[in-house]
Amino acid sequence: MGPPGSAKGRPEDKLWNKSDDDGICEFPGPMTSMLSITNLHATVGEKQILNGLTLEVPAGEVHAIMGPNGAGKSTLSYVLTGRSGYEVTQGTATLNGEDLLALAPDERAARGVFLSFQYPLEIPGVPALTFIRTALNAQRKARGEAEISAPEFLKKARATATALKIDFDMLKRALNVGFSGGEKKRMEIFQMAMLEPRFLILDETDSGLDIDALKIVAAGVNALRGPERGMLVITHYQRLLDYIKPDRVHVLSAGRIVASGGPELALQLEAEGYDKYVQVAA
Amino acid sequence: MTLAAAIKTGDVSQLPSRRDEDWRWTDLRGLIRSLPPRYEPKAGHGAFAIVRDDELYRSPFEATRQVTVLNGGICGLGLREAAPLVFDKHDPVVLLDVQTLGDISEVTALKITVPAGLSAVLLESHVGQGRYVTSLSLDIVVEAGGSLERVLLAEDDPEGVSIVDATVDLAPGATFSQTILTFGGRRQRIETHITHPGQGAAVRLDGVYLLRDQRHADLTTVVTHGGRDGTTSQLTKGVVRDQARGVFQGRIVVEGGADGTEARMGHHALILSDKAEVDAKPELLIFADDVQCAHGNTVGALDEAAIFYARQRGMPEDVARAMLTEAFVGEVVDRIGHEGAREIARAWVSAQLGTAE
Ligand SMILES: Nc1ncnc2c1ncn2[C@@H]1O[C@H](COP(=O)(O)OP(=O)(O)OP(=O)(O)O)[C@@H](O)[C@H]1O
Ligand SMILES: [Mg+2]
Repeated sequence: MGPPGSAKGRPEDKLWNKSDDDGICEFPGPMTSMLSITNLHATVGEKQILNGLTLEVPAGEVHAIMGPNGAGKSTLSYVLTGRSGYEVTQGTATLNGEDLLALAPDERAARGVFLSFQYPLEIPGVPALTFIRTALNAQRKARGEAEISAPEFLKKARATATALKIDFDMLKRALNVGFSGGEKKRMEIFQMAMLEPRFLILDETDSGLDIDALKIVAAGVNALRGPERGMLVITHYQRLLDYIKPDRVHVLSAGRIVASGGPELALQLEAEGYDKYVQVAA
Repeated sequence: MTLAAAIKTGDVSQLPSRRDEDWRWTDLRGLIRSLPPRYEPKAGHGAFAIVRDDELYRSPFEATRQVTVLNGGICGLGLREAAPLVFDKHDPVVLLDVQTLGDISEVTALKITVPAGLSAVLLESHVGQGRYVTSLSLDIVVEAGGSLERVLLAEDDPEGVSIVDATVDLAPGATFSQTILTFGGRRQRIETHITHPGQGAAVRLDGVYLLRDQRHADLTTVVTHGGRDGTTSQLTKGVVRDQARGVFQGRIVVEGGADGTEARMGHHALILSDKAEVDAKPELLIFADDVQCAHGNTVGALDEAAIFYARQRGMPEDVARAMLTEAFVGEVVDRIGHEGAREIARAWVSAQLGTAE
């Protein structure tokens, strides 16, 4: 797996880059932002968690979100993916101009929204491959595409597993059941690579990964970078951003974006912490 | 107080009722006001008279040898005391095809023997149509070192009342494995009583109930460990929706002196609607000192977090729910040893859960 833009035509590159000429990147008219969030307010239970969050992620860009524990980062990822119990009380979120909040979670997935969970769920009794194939075919069906054939799916799964250094036998086990924390995170990236989403939300995908796994996962994410894709990378550590270089870095504190900047902001946060932003939010 | 006695005498007061401790969740006395007429077999029709294929229900199982029990006289044929079924090495897989038709009551009994050292498979398909009341008793003997796998698939009528009870007598070193798959009936009880001698004998005792509408299924088991060093592994899973009711009564008795017994009992049910009900009574009665016994019993709903996860990956809600439900039951199906029966069971589960492709 090479870094983005490395030697074209290698099999791994084929695997990752759903080539630029397949048409999915052609939007009608000029696009400002791919993901557009305006003044988003959301509650969990009775508790107000998101407090007027505004954020724009243009297609082709990677934005990092950093912020203290409990700031609402995971809440944002659940609101964007439609988890029940997360109620939007005000504001909007659109993907390529379409109202995201009006769609069911699976409809959002079929539009290309993918969340790499901070805490991936265990699915007892369902082999990872079966789960992913069911998901992939459900997405294809929703988009009016033909199902992927079993041999084609297996071929792709094998190549992807090789690229991510995942033991193929692990994919025959029940998804995430008894997997280590790092293995679960790797499985999230495996699913991402298989589903080829258009908008990626990575919620602390780096936590729990050893340093080699981090490089592999980052390479997997980088391989999906392209002019047609957008990414939101939630992390606590600058280290991940050494491998997945963000175009913008935002600070989320108390349910709002309180500061935004270039990659240097992450370095500054690493050195100085969140103190001054917590003040701003208070 | 048994259904068989009530049918034989025509006296409904002999029906088991909720006042009988073991029948409190499967009340027959309160349900049955009068018994439908008992079918009278015509003279001259033997137990295994040939029945034309097109008059039979289709059994899900196939085997080289078949024993048909007909309740209700298709072609004027009725069977009360069938000739004993003795397995032999030429036909180790036998299909017991129990078919019930019409508004009748019937009592049937069958003796089954697995000779010493033989490995046998008994596939039972119980198919019914009508407002019937039937009692079928199997008296199973597995001789020393023999093994029997029994897979029973029950497809009763929503108006049918059926009690199937099997008494299993195991010799030392014998193996008995059972999987019951049912979608219930108006009232249905499938009961298994095992005399477990220990001494290397092993029992697997599994069940799956998938109930809809107002169906009722009761899986009742009693395993009595009378000797040292026996094992019992029991796993039952149920899925109930609508106003259906599932009953699980599992009792494992370890008698004094039956040291070294290993017994595990699991019963897990998913309740998918507010009006559905599951009643479970897992019991371990242990009178020996040195035993390893455990039981687990859970009744709950599907994991909503797992459903969200599957939906986030693109599965519509119904697909996600069906997938998780099928996986829940799949653990039991996977334990079936006979490959053909396992595949049939898997397909049957998919069909019941609406996940068949
Ligand atoms: N079900 C809930 N009921 C009440 N409060 C909740 C619930 N779920 C989350 N919260 C609260 O919402 C706040 C935001 O949580 P969230 O998980 O979004 O934080 P985060 O920014 O992702 O934190 P971390 O960096 O620790 O992952 C926290 O204070 C949390 O306790
Ligand atoms: Mg979080």
